[in-house]
Amino acid sequence: MASPKVLVLTGYGINCDEETCWAFARAGGDARIVHVNDVVDGRVRLADWHVLAVPGGFSYGDDTGSGKALANRLRNNLRDALWEFAGGDRLVIGICNGFQVLTCLGLLPSPETRAAAVGLSHNAQARYECRWVDCRAEDSPCVFTRGLGTIRIPVAHGEGRFTTGEDTHAAMVARRQIALRYARPDGTPAGGRFPCNPNGSMDDIAGICDRSGRIFGLMPHPERAFHFLQRDDWPARAAALRRAGEPLPAFADGQRIFANAVAYFA
Amino acid sequence: MAHRIYVRAAGADTRARVRKAAIARLFPGAAVRDLWLVDNYTIAGDLTPEACERVRAMLTHPVIEEGAADRPLLPARFEYSFEIAFLPGVTDNAGRTAREAIGDLLKAPFAPGEDAYSSQTTFLAGRLARAEVEAIAGAFANPLIHHIEIRSAEEWRAGAAAPYVPRVTLPEPAEVCAVDLDIPEDALLRLGREGIAGPGGGRRGPLALDRESLLAIREYFRRCGRMPTDVELESIAQTWSEHCKHTIFAAALDELEDGLYKTYIKGATAKIRAAKAGGDFCVSVFRDNSGAIAFDDEYLVTDKVETHNSPCALDPFGGAITGIVGVNRDAIGCGLGAKPIANRYGFCFAPPDDDRPLFRDEECRQPLLSPRRIMDGVIEGVNVGGNCSGIPTPQGFVCFDPRYRGKPLVFVGTVGLMPRTSAGRPSHRKAARPGDVIVMAGGRVGRDGIHGATFSSEALSAGSPAAAVQIGDPITQKKLSDAIVKEARDAGLYHSITDNGAGGLSCSVAEMARECGGCVVELDRVPLKYPGLEPWQIWISESQERMTLAVPPDRLDAFTDLMARRGVETAAIGRFEASGRCRVSWRGAVVMDVDLDFLHDGLPRKTLASKAPPRPAPDEPDALPDDLGAALLGVMARPNVASYAFISRQYDHEVQGGAVLKPLAGAGEVNARATVMRPLPDRPRGIVLSQALFPSYGDLDPYAMAACAVDAAVRQAIAAGGTLDRLALLDNTCWCSPYEPERLWQLKEAIRACHDFAVAFGTPFISGKDSMFNDFAGFAPGGAPVAISVPPTILISSLGVVDDVARCVSLDFKAPGDLVYVLGATRAELGGSEFLAWWGAARRGRPYAGSVAPLPSARSMSLYRAYERAVAAGLVTSAEAPGQGGLGVALARQAVAGGLGCTVDLAALPEAGRLTDAELLFSETPGRIVCTVAPGAREAFEACLRGEDAVCAGRVTEGDVAVMRGAAAVACASVARLAEAYRRTFEGF
Repeated sequence: MASPKVLVLTGYGINCDEETCWAFARAGGDARIVHVNDVVDGRVRLADWHVLAVPGGFSYGDDTGSGKALANRLRNNLRDALWEFAGGDRLVIGICNGFQVLTCLGLLPSPETRAAAVGLSHNAQARYECRWVDCRAEDSPCVFTRGLGTIRIPVAHGEGRFTTGEDTHAAMVARRQIALRYARPDGTPAGGRFPCNPNGSMDDIAGICDRSGRIFGLMPHPERAFHFLQRDDWPARAAALRRAGEPLPAFADGQRIFANAVAYFA
Repeated sequence: MAHRIYVRAAGADTRARVRKAAIARLFPGAAVRDLWLVDNYTIAGDLTPEACERVRAMLTHPVIEEGAADRPLLPARFEYSFEIAFLPGVTDNAGRTAREAIGDLLKAPFAPGEDAYSSQTTFLAGRLARAEVEAIAGAFANPLIHHIEIRSAEEWRAGAAAPYVPRVTLPEPAEVCAVDLDIPEDALLRLGREGIAGPGGGRRGPLALDRESLLAIREYFRRCGRMPTDVELESIAQTWSEHCKHTIFAAALDELEDGLYKTYIKGATAKIRAAKAGGDFCVSVFRDNSGAIAFDDEYLVTDKVETHNSPCALDPFGGAITGIVGVNRDAIGCGLGAKPIANRYGFCFAPPDDDRPLFRDEECRQPLLSPRRIMDGVIEGVNVGGNCSGIPTPQGFVCFDPRYRGKPLVFVGTVGLMPRTSAGRPSHRKAARPGDVIVMAGGRVGRDGIHGATFSSEALSAGSPAAAVQIGDPITQKKLSDAIVKEARDAGLYHSITDNGAGGLSCSVAEMARECGGCVVELDRVPLKYPGLEPWQIWISESQERMTLAVPPDRLDAFTDLMARRGVETAAIGRFEASGRCRVSWRGAVVMDVDLDFLHDGLPRKTLASKAPPRPAPDEPDALPDDLGAALLGVMARPNVASYAFISRQYDHEVQGGAVLKPLAGAGEVNARATVMRPLPDRPRGIVLSQALFPSYGDLDPYAMAACAVDAAVRQAIAAGGTLDRLALLDNTCWCSPYEPERLWQLKEAIRACHDFAVAFGTPFISGKDSMFNDFAGFAPGGAPVAISVPPTILISSLGVVDDVARCVSLDFKAPGDLVYVLGATRAELGGSEFLAWWGAARRGRPYAGSVAPLPSARSMSLYRAYERAVAAGLVTSAEAPGQGGLGVALARQAVAGGLGCTVDLAALPEAGRLTDAELLFSETPGRIVCTVAPGAREAFEACLRGEDAVCAGRVTEGDVAVMRGAAAVACASVARLAEAYRRTFEGF
């Protein structure tokens, strides 16, 4: 088929819409930024799209709890359309604040329950943290993390500490819904240790998917790790590559997450 | 009645843990055993129990929180609680979000008088006295903006109190009054000083009009044959304020008939642009909210740096968030509107351990906030303002001096990007046209910011809004900003736009009215936060998050409709016209009608004279330390040198995806002196930013202080890969007691240096701002007067365009074996250095000032050019522009960043024979770059630098940082120890 149509949501303090849209487009998607209100008003119909991306940002300033107010706006006005979309052969990705929104909505981890079962609470250090981390893609049905291995990618959030009950956690593990874990540079688990696990997340969880693998939420920002020159360590790597007479790579690790989404519709 | 929803963490509450740790630090004696936080949402309005429960469910996350409606969530065992709520009228962002969300949930908007408010209750367990709890609460609340309620467990058990509802209630506004200026001179001067008399006999707050200004106003209204209204007088006072008109920079000074600004700042730019001719990259300088330079054929980049000093002294969080969100509007209001793409910050504080108590009043009832509290609050304010707005904050610094105790300096800047043309128009030009509708967009108007920092105690009475202190609302502004720069601008829906900052509508509308020649405004149409504002208050209120636009009548519906769909409130409040007058009406009556020419140009120009102060006596140590390795470790830990990664990490510097050279360099995470970003991901072009200031040199030589700031701002950008062909500067001057002739002399010297070195380097000023009254007159305990003035401070910021970001150079050492080059000459210039400050502090408890301040040389230009060629050829693997701490700190920073050592021989430096080891290692001589080059690139690099001061002084190693003189060790320290020293100072901040 032609390029999948990607709806990148914006409005109310979402602020990673432009780079997320650019990343999908650069990966081959037909991506457009659409304001929440244009979906609520019916000017844009979710049903006309293949991918829904809820980007990072500070929707409603994180007031009353991150993701909560935007999730309420979507739930109050678009509930059926959202679940209809998510139930079809479509992809949904929520990045950072978008991940918080998807969990508040209950689209993750189990859309069939329509209830929030996991939370992303204040970081262990109770402070916003912007840093690059290593993550390991786990064995999961997640479409977005196929073949990813260990990746380097930035986080930037104040409320990213993955939290849930033991039963939910066990069920998610059993269903292979833990798609991405914070890791040490060698790919072994971060073991809860700062700064490899940047927020104190339970079981080093950085990203999860629903059982089908089509709905994915993660705290790190793949759109900020799209090209090589976005990497935090590019100057050192470039120096070594140049010394060896080798060319600089074009991409960083996040690019493959977008490429995977586009490839799904190929 | 009022309902209240209570929400608390269901599991471990990390915020509570952090608060408990803060109490333990601030009150080591307080026996706080445990601590819980509860967020309250108070809903002043009628809700059915069923609706109340729906609201509770909406505000409570079912997994990580628990909530209750109209039933307090009390811990099982506690002794006291304190609730911190906002005073009436203070911006309450969480309350606003709750109101919007509840309205959306119940599909019923709030009725007039109904509202939602947020507050937070801290429960404390432990053997605490009420007075202790009061002190603890006071450490987290600010009486200027907060209401505090302390309750004991017994009081809770006796029943929950009715929730505190900070509803604003104001009396019906008084009629507009005429103000008689034909009064005795002392009464006239008092009017200027203390303001118009209010109904109760008190004064409204200063007009800050001096004698000459008052006489000019009296003369104007005598000619008009009537008395001015209070609206007119307040409006003129705003427009003529030092803040808006920069009277000192504009005044004739000594032989400078045209004044400092025209002669030295604008003058420098004019000379540089003429000299660059075809290479002139300036597009819009000095005339708009930001300056603008060319980015490429299709885009412009804009920049502006502001200060927000006084508000941050009163309420550090509110002052800082308002400052950063406010300067964002200088981008949004530049030309037809630029998208903010980067924030910068610069914080000058007193040392955070300075705990001497000081008071604003003789009775010692109004304490100054502690330096640590100011520091924490300011850092947090820029955190929330920048992060919530989705604008990366790559660039910033901290600077410490005990003389910032009376007033901190808080610099905030915003870089913007806009297409050169928008809807077929050059985007840097704008002009309201007669007939255009005046539209106010964004936030509503309250009593915020009226008469700025002047604060009368009667303003704090119950029910009256706290007017002096504001809190920015980044989300309201984000919605406005997106709607303007991503949609309305390129749809061509308006002719002109400007920001509502100082002076509010009175300044923004009157300023735009100059573009077409007049305006008429109906104040009744301005949306208000609450009823009861007087017309003069509506006109001059500085309520935030507002832009004023000139919308052609045939686009008004399209504009209004677009804004409504984006959740942005707009109001048509009048029309631009060509009458030559600024006319304002309220309730059908004309309340202001003055000539625009008088309003803008009627201000009498001052004539000032300066006088050179006596030269300060040399303050040299009688002996220098034996162990320069220990000195290096000591200087690395100095607050002005140490890592402030804890700030860089809490400011999102990756959003928008453009960060290339980031604020923390290398695996060792060293704060970079320059940062580079790529604003358009498909283009190799980038923007380089840097900042520099050296207040410690000013006592010795203000000319050297400013010259060094210009040189360092330029050199840091060049070191990272910038080019003198496309590098612009911004100046921020923060002075004190500016009417003292000696201070004026220092100012004149400093601004003369700005001119000389900008011209020498061909780096034009494109924008600037001055803040002249950074003085504090207060009291020590017991009532003894204390006066503290900031050290004269000039911040120079640079903004440059680089052709290919992949060629930019970070500061971290890259590989063992790389050659270490020192470019530029070193001189014996230890005056004002961090080394002498450290040595003085270690030896006698206060810094040595030294005697010779570093002075740059215009000859550095050819060295910078040669270095540029080496970077363009890809020959440089790492680079650092030495600043505070000199060569020693530069090498240590590069080593820590790269996790590699170096061996450097001072004997290789040409000056080695004439200078002492300490001078070679710690002189802060400007004009130098330390860089590394791969061994294979040696010849090519040296060919680029031929004829310049450039010596290979050593190599990068896998060992220690070892500074030698021949075979003798001068200063050696392991990279690990240097890293520890560098990171220790602000650990736990």
